Amino acid sequence: MKFLYDFSILTNSIHQMLAASLSPLWVFIIELVLVGLVFLGFYAILGLFLVYLERRVCAFIQNRLGPNRVGPQGIFQTIADLVKLLFKELFVVRKADKILFNLAPFIVIIASLMAIGAIPYAKGLHAIDLNIGVFYILAVTSLGVVGILLAGWSSNSKYSLLGAMRSGAQIISYELSVGLSLLAVIIFSGSMQLSTIVESQANGWWIFKGHIPAFFAFVIFLIAATAETNRGPFDLAEAESELTAGFHTEYTGIRFAFFFLAEYMNMFLAAALATTVFLGGWMPFHFFDFSGFNYVMDFIPPFVWFFGKTFVVIYIIMLFKWTFPRLRIDQLLTLEWKYLLPLNLLNIIVIAFIVLMGWHF
Amino acid sequence: MNPVIKYFSEIVKGVGTLITGMKVTSGYFIRPKEIITQKYPENRDTLIMLERFKGEVVMPHDENNQHACTGCGICEINCPNGSIQILTAKITNAEGKSVRVIDKHIYHLSMCTMCGLCVKTCPSDAIVFAPTFEHAVFDRNKLTLQLNKPGSSIKKGVKE
Repeated sequence: MKFLYDFSILTNSIHQMLAASLSPLWVFIIELVLVGLVFLGFYAILGLFLVYLERRVCAFIQNRLGPNRVGPQGIFQTIADLVKLLFKELFVVRKADKILFNLAPFIVIIASLMAIGAIPYAKGLHAIDLNIGVFYILAVTSLGVVGILLAGWSSNSKYSLLGAMRSGAQIISYELSVGLSLLAVIIFSGSMQLSTIVESQANGWWIFKGHIPAFFAFVIFLIAATAETNRGPFDLAEAESELTAGFHTEYTGIRFAFFFLAEYMNMFLAAALATTVFLGGWMPFHFFDFSGFNYVMDFIPPFVWFFGKTFVVIYIIMLFKWTFPRLRIDQLLTLEWKYLLPLNLLNIIVIAFIVLMGWHF
Repeated sequence: MNPVIKYFSEIVKGVGTLITGMKVTSGYFIRPKEIITQKYPENRDTLIMLERFKGEVVMPHDENNQHACTGCGICEINCPNGSIQILTAKITNAEGKSVRVIDKHIYHLSMCTMCGLCVKTCPSDAIVFAPTFEHAVFDRNKLTLQLNKPGSSIKKGVKE
């Protein structure tokens, strides 16, 4: 299949340029550093932008304006906030476990940074294309809960510990729903490789091709992913009104900013995964056989499609937070174990049957 | 009811109510005209203050520089934190009688809590609330105001 925009040409030319003058070891090291720098910059800028976006979206939902003073429409507000956080004192609680206390924010941020490398942003534009991409992302994002548990345990604070324990119970239960809802599309496309999943949607996104069960899986994925990223209405791990700030109560300055950034990047990751798996990733929208319409859609660059879809999903996740009241811990676990999980298993059986009979497009 | 039917009908009902809530919030999101935030220093000229806003206590004067305050002192008695001081003077009126009139209606804006007891209890409705709110000054003494303008007199027909 031919694509209008193929970024593998660009990446291959960079690789050949380096290989022409350097030894393979140096090429490998330089490419690692380049990719690392690109993703760190991408991570920081996108994280700051998402914080700004969240504040604006929640303001509009509540009939307010939100930040609008620093820069045009307030776009530099989060940068100003970051500078403020950089200059703050790094406070450590007296009886805290110092090593774990310092380690926890890094584990949380590394877990989300490792996962965004596996997402395909366009044809040939991803850091690693593993043949078990979906599995890798699920495994790496669950590492984040280790950081949260460490933060809660080492802070020597009852609020932190309660928040961390709640977060652990929550993430471990909702991991099941996330995995099973992604399994729906893995059954459809027959592959766990993210680039293959995207390319299997060239003639239609799985949310349309997979009939109603795929839509169910998408909805369940959205709910479970919101819970897994510790966002409202499932933000029991933070629960401002009960636990002051949950697991990051005792953190200040840039350590707190790490937790904050990681939360937003996890939200981006959930949205990007939903986009890749259910909404066709960077594939343009094609409408049956209207070749003129499809041809125009092909001209829009793939990363515009990718980020457009991702931000739509991010908006839906933000809408969840600013619409629904927070669940109690027992309601949270009831929702998972009594509703989402059985429905998800039923859904998987229906999907397996559809694929077996070849009823999907 | 059959528990299986109940289980699924609960799910449908629950999703329905969630969608209702999301419709409301999305509605607010796509109607930015309803935003109530005032961009204050920029819209200072067009700022519309609400009628019942309690900014400070003022004494309205008419075009003849006359007010309705008789100097009875009820507002001073009712003020819970002593922000009002009534200074009266005795003058002889046209009929040759010696009567008590207001000399200075002193109002300490810095101590006022805008409770409104003075306005509520004033028998001749001489004092009202004004919707002004830019009271910041560099000297505390500037917050001690005299409500009756110098040279003003009482309106005719206001009963003692």
